Amino acid sequence: MSWGSHKADDDGDQNIEVAASFRSAPGGAAAYFEQAQAGVIRSLVSQIAELVSADAEAAEGQSGELEAQLGLSSHAELPDDPVLARLLPDGYSEDPEASAEFRRYTEETLRSGKVASAQTVLASLPPGGGEVRLSEPECQQWLRSLNDVRLALSVRLGITDENEDLTERMSADDPRAAYIWVYQWLAYLQDSLIEALS
Amino acid sequence: MGVAPVEVEQPMTEEGAALDAPWVTVVWNDPVNLMRYVTYVFQRVFGYPKAKAEKLMLDVHHKGKAVVSSGTREAMERDAETLHGYGLWATVSHDS
Repeated sequence: MSWGSHKADDDGDQNIEVAASFRSAPGGAAAYFEQAQAGVIRSLVSQIAELVSADAEAAEGQSGELEAQLGLSSHAELPDDPVLARLLPDGYSEDPEASAEFRRYTEETLRSGKVASAQTVLASLPPGGGEVRLSEPECQQWLRSLNDVRLALSVRLGITDENEDLTERMSADDPRAAYIWVYQWLAYLQDSLIEALS
Repeated sequence: MGVAPVEVEQPMTEEGAALDAPWVTVVWNDPVNLMRYVTYVFQRVFGYPKAKAEKLMLDVHHKGKAVVSSGTREAMERDAETLHGYGLWATVSHDS
């Protein structure tokens, strides 16, 4: 588990100048996002929604109509894509059969829940940025969605140790390097949202 | 690996022990989920007081995993499903 990153003060020339964060507001929380910040979040959240639902649609083609109606997934195995595997984990650690059964009954709901969270973020965060005011239920969706994005980024960034200094491992010309700061900022943002709700 | 059951109330009758042995939901440590978030989720999902939620969070953090709830298999699967919705890595197992 991670302590969460505190406001990065060594970000120098990052294009996201000030790390946006949430504060308490009547009935929920509020935050101000610059256009670039809104753009980063919207892009990442859309990618998660796409990843989770595109794969689900592909699966739907394989499963019968009845299964689709019942909300059953034809998936029995942990997804091959490591990001999906992290977002849709096994329900049993040492029992593949039980895990497969669990997945059949829960995966569709889990996927649609993640898409719904992503849609809430996209609906409440204007592409041009600005002041965002969230109700309590919207805050819950934001928390989940930000967490999904951080989980996905952590897989792509190869984060396995919460104490590792990623900037040391990754060379500056690694295209993923820019996302280290995004990953840390989103932790800070998520943390501020929990604080605003407490 | 030893997992300390959390407030597991088990009937003491020996013949019933196997049948009544509870199922548990285990949450595993990962390097991503924020400590404050995990505590928050435990409070919200299980209605645990903050102190208990924090203790469980620290158990996950330091021991690599912790039992966060116990009960019927169906209830534990619901708990694991809910925790997956929050992005926590939870599994169901039979306490033994």
